[in-house]
Amino acid sequence: MDFALSPDQRLMADSIAGVLDRVAPLAVVRAFAEGGEAVAGGVWSGLIDLGVPGLLIDEEHGGLGLGLLDAAVVAEALGARAAPAPFVGSAVLAPLAISAGSAIQQSEWLPKLAAGAVLAGVAINEALAGSRDGAGVVAKDGRLTGSSLFAIDAAGADILVIADRTGALHLMAADAPGVEIVPLATIDATRRFSEIRLERVAAEPLAQLETLPRLRDAAWVMLAADMLGAAQAMLDKAVAFAKERRQFGRPIGGFQAVKHLCAEMAAELEPARSLVWYAAYAADAVPAEASLTAAHAKAHLSEVGRFVARTATEVHGGIGFTDLLGLHYWFKRVGVDRQLFGGPEHVRSLAARMQGLAA
Amino acid sequence: MDLALGPTYEAFRAELRAFLAAHRGDMPSGTDRAKSLAWQALLIENGYAARTIPKTYGGYGAAPDILISRIIAEEFSAASAPRGLAGQGISMLVPTLLELGTESQKRQWIGPTLRGEVIWCQGYSEPGAGSDLASLTTRAVEDGEDFLINGQKIWTSTAAQADMIFCLVRTEPEAPKHAGISYLIFSMKTRGIEVRPLKTMTGRAEFNEVFFTEVRVPKSQMVGERGQGWAVANATLKHERGMLGDPNEAESRLAALIGLMTAERRDVARLIDDPILADRLMRLQARVLAMKFNGLRVLTSQIAGESPGLAGLVVKLQGCELNHQIAALAIDALGELGVLYDGAPHLRDHGVWQQRYMFDLGLIIGGGTAQIQKNIIAERGLGLPREPKAA
Repeated sequence: MDFALSPDQRLMADSIAGVLDRVAPLAVVRAFAEGGEAVAGGVWSGLIDLGVPGLLIDEEHGGLGLGLLDAAVVAEALGARAAPAPFVGSAVLAPLAISAGSAIQQSEWLPKLAAGAVLAGVAINEALAGSRDGAGVVAKDGRLTGSSLFAIDAAGADILVIADRTGALHLMAADAPGVEIVPLATIDATRRFSEIRLERVAAEPLAQLETLPRLRDAAWVMLAADMLGAAQAMLDKAVAFAKERRQFGRPIGGFQAVKHLCAEMAAELEPARSLVWYAAYAADAVPAEASLTAAHAKAHLSEVGRFVARTATEVHGGIGFTDLLGLHYWFKRVGVDRQLFGGPEHVRSLAARMQGLAA
Repeated sequence: MDLALGPTYEAFRAELRAFLAAHRGDMPSGTDRAKSLAWQALLIENGYAARTIPKTYGGYGAAPDILISRIIAEEFSAASAPRGLAGQGISMLVPTLLELGTESQKRQWIGPTLRGEVIWCQGYSEPGAGSDLASLTTRAVEDGEDFLINGQKIWTSTAAQADMIFCLVRTEPEAPKHAGISYLIFSMKTRGIEVRPLKTMTGRAEFNEVFFTEVRVPKSQMVGERGQGWAVANATLKHERGMLGDPNEAESRLAALIGLMTAERRDVARLIDDPILADRLMRLQARVLAMKFNGLRVLTSQIAGESPGLAGLVVKLQGCELNHQIAALAIDALGELGVLYDGAPHLRDHGVWQQRYMFDLGLIIGGGTAQIQKNIIAERGLGLPREPKAA
């Protein structure tokens, strides 16, 4: 009986934190957010050195062959730094999708993804959260037509994984004729989101339909872990600030009005961490509970993340509201994670349906 | 992450299951005192109650093992079998005596308490000493070989049935407030003790007030040193804190709530088919799961002999609030039928949801209020400045 990260996982968390200290300090996050695309290369190469792009890819194809809990440890660390890195699309979802593809697809793409030499964008938002503004992709005669919103890691990608309206997955070159990748500016400038428009684009079918639920669970767990990291970072900053900032002759953290806000954040966040860990573990080890716990992790961290993001900002007072501390990068990251791939109300309605608890 | 228990523990579990299956007929139900004492004796004999209490004092004498305790809890619950006796004597006084009692106190009290022959109540809180317990004013004045006690206690559950009380009294009024307290144990039959039931908002008297007028207690009935009662009490409170906010309780209540919302209908639709009620249920289910896995994390730390830190500090605050919210949703889902009480026609589940909704608010306040819990989380868990101590 051991409900904890393994020594290897803790070591990996420490190594990643060490590398991110170096390659993704706030100055780099800020430079990326202000349009300095180039700085993200330093973050990605730091992650390549640790083998992160190949985390979920089997050793036969040059990866580390680890599980979703290991990936959650990485996602949490990236969320904690609001780090710009194409992790969820290129290192988690695309490898999972392609690992369920043909032997040829696997041997062609997995080694390159594992080495971080090829980047993959992933467009599955409609399949997970429904269609907005008429978005949706139709496959006909090996060609895809339509559009998909909120593709992740598609800017600068070499290949794209796309779900069509039936939930079937397809693989294509990002520069294939008929592909247009349009930037979607969101409140969160630490990551790039895109709309993908397709006009009769040649694509190969990627995997069986059963892959989509696994992809969805993984996506939900990764966003939950990202919010966990971001919220923990905001809480840590709020507590440090409350110890340092003095008003009325003493640290503001000595006033119960402020102290209790910090306690409430910790009381919400600490159990949420265990939920994220379990959902990630269940994805590999307890298939019967994987989807429900992934849904709950996504929806619950959306609520806890929002509460911590606003409360930590409030604890900082006026300075938290300014751009100076950069607190807003984490605030906005949580804001996007919350809505992406299904907001909490939508995800909870799916959670109810999974258990037969809905009309 | 490995949630398997391994063959030794699974063997223990199988043995316990067989025991429970074989002894169905011995299980007490209701108020048959003789049968319930016999059940307690059988459980102690087999190591399913008083497991870690030394044999010398009437226990089973096994080494503490947190997984064994957990398996016992799980299997009794799964079999709907009555656990061994609980009560404040067994859960609080016995551990305190083991830690700080004299040899003769241990021999005199632990065995009869474990066997259910002696029932205890706790005399800590006073009308003027709630969260600030150390400001208690019940006085014990030396009179020859005895103390004479005058004062009042409140929130004393089981005072009416109790044979004995473990009680905090002020023996050194001039000393700083934490240093002037002593811990006495004495009979509730002593002359000068009056017990008055304390009716709460639930309509029942789950607690009592206890009044002391010139109550004479021999000095030898002190646990720990004179003036050290605060430290003794803290050893006891540590055992109480662990019991409030238990995630297993929330899990079984949520299961009951799901059953209710699935079975009950308004017009033709099941209550669960209302999307707003379903959304609230799913929010609570996420919280129950989070607290359940948090509990496994706490357990893992305890097995390793490490402090669970924040994961442990948040349990009382979050667990009690969660139970309260589960009851609130049950009431809202039942709607107008949710306000029925006291045996009314159409009453559901014997009115237990309203009873819990109210009683759980008492648990949010009692055992260290939610606000005191937040101070503890902030100070011990996050290292924020401590509350200034009044002189």
